Amino acid sequence: MLRAEKICYRYDKDIPLLEGVICTINSGEIVGLPGPSGCGKSTLARLMAGFDHPQSGIIFCNDQALPASGFSPVQMIFQHPELAVNPRWKIGKILAEGNTDCSELLQRFGIGLNQLERYPHELSGGELQRITLIRAMTPATRYLIADEMTASLDPATQALIWQTVLSWAKSRQVGVLAISHDASLLNCICDRIDNGFCLQSPSSHLREPIAA
Amino acid sequence: MLEIHNLSISFQRNRASFDRETLSVVSDISLSVQPGEIVALIGASGAGKSLVAHALLGLLPANATMSGEFIFKGKRLSPAGIQELRGREIALIPQSVTHLNPLTRVGKQVYRSARLSGRCADTAHTSCDRTFARYQLADTVKSMYPFQISRGMARRVLTATATAGNANLIIADEPTTGLDPEVSEQSLAHLKELATQGKGVVLITHDLENGVQIADTLVVLYEGMTVEITPARALEENDLIMHPYTRSLWQALPRNGFMSLPPTPSSSTLNRNGCLFAERCPQARPGCRQSAPSLRRVNHKLVRCNHVAG
Repeated sequence: MLRAEKICYRYDKDIPLLEGVICTINSGEIVGLPGPSGCGKSTLARLMAGFDHPQSGIIFCNDQALPASGFSPVQMIFQHPELAVNPRWKIGKILAEGNTDCSELLQRFGIGLNQLERYPHELSGGELQRITLIRAMTPATRYLIADEMTASLDPATQALIWQTVLSWAKSRQVGVLAISHDASLLNCICDRIDNGFCLQSPSSHLREPIAA
Repeated sequence: MLEIHNLSISFQRNRASFDRETLSVVSDISLSVQPGEIVALIGASGAGKSLVAHALLGLLPANATMSGEFIFKGKRLSPAGIQELRGREIALIPQSVTHLNPLTRVGKQVYRSARLSGRCADTAHTSCDRTFARYQLADTVKSMYPFQISRGMARRVLTATATAGNANLIIADEPTTGLDPEVSEQSLAHLKELATQGKGVVLITHDLENGVQIADTLVVLYEGMTVEITPARALEENDLIMHPYTRSLWQALPRNGFMSLPPTPSSSTLNRNGCLFAERCPQARPGCRQSAPSLRRVNHKLVRCNHVAG
């Protein structure tokens, strides 16, 4: 179980963005996290993946704290894959950094072996997002945090990616946190939708600083 | 208002020092935009949607070659003519805040784009004020820098820069990506409003739902080719006469069944002789791989498939 326990977080001297947030993902469970922009969804995702550290509260992964270095069992996928890969590395090297045994996944995602010889800018956004997914979908991955993973992809690619990820997650009992604006997508893929998050967040008045 | 005839774009790519190859990325795209009409260009990333807009504005990189012609208000556009018209008659609403100058206050940027569109200093100020009021941006926003405004506000500022002048044709590049439903609805409503004022709007998007929601005509692109040009309401009415690719996009929406297609074969293995979609098409027949279909008219639509019938 991946559990965020009473997390508080704020940027610099800002008003706290997250206060006492609790979020749990069981293994093999797909949890949806909807909410308007600016309510702290992505911040929570970064905290749970161990990219940032909360000012108070703890994040447990299977009753242990997240490892400070080395491979993390919690992997995160971002909205823009172009920014998540090294532009000077070929795809093969990018994949090898995280996942050394990925021939089966390559096949399931339809990535040809000739693409491993290319550079990231020579692939389309959908192909590149599949690459970052394969890199994160290792046997040691226990939880996957997908932050607007398919928001900039067309419906057909979106369906392909989610169906592959869901069947992989179910077969290996991996927990997935799906963050999205798209309510119909979340209804379609999730076992449970965590609606309480936005209500707990005290910063809802901050969404639109001065407008209208 | 705008007509595009047989637009093709190809890129030169260096394979080794004396070995060049030509990649054809957009082939034979034709479309037309009438005043007051919203035309949505729909396709996956890499299908060439943005290239069409860049070609129209004369913004293609140096290694691109383009053929075909643009006719704007009855006159053929030359590359020099495009430079004259862009920003004045044809305006682009770019994709994200990164297109604003990070070191200049927002108000000044809107003012400058009004000036560049040919307004004199006096009317530029009033039109700048008017667009700010119309998009419900408070006066204090004028003195803010791009990093200080939210994404929804940035969208409105970008729309303001495009409409501060008198442009008759607006090109909106992915206006809703990564915005929450409230803000994206608002930004689509602004486009709709521009169209009701009699301006032509080209909406570039990967999001079929947005297209269906506000556009009058959908142009579906696949691997740089138009596969279908159809009135937008035909999809909502579940009119089944459509190209297999459009249908699979529609059925891949979460509310319509979330059905996926087999992944795209990489473009190098793509068979350019036959139908480009044949490898993934659920209804492909042996003949599809041999002869390339051309765009033909089926009940008020243009469809590039040999097997759909009216």
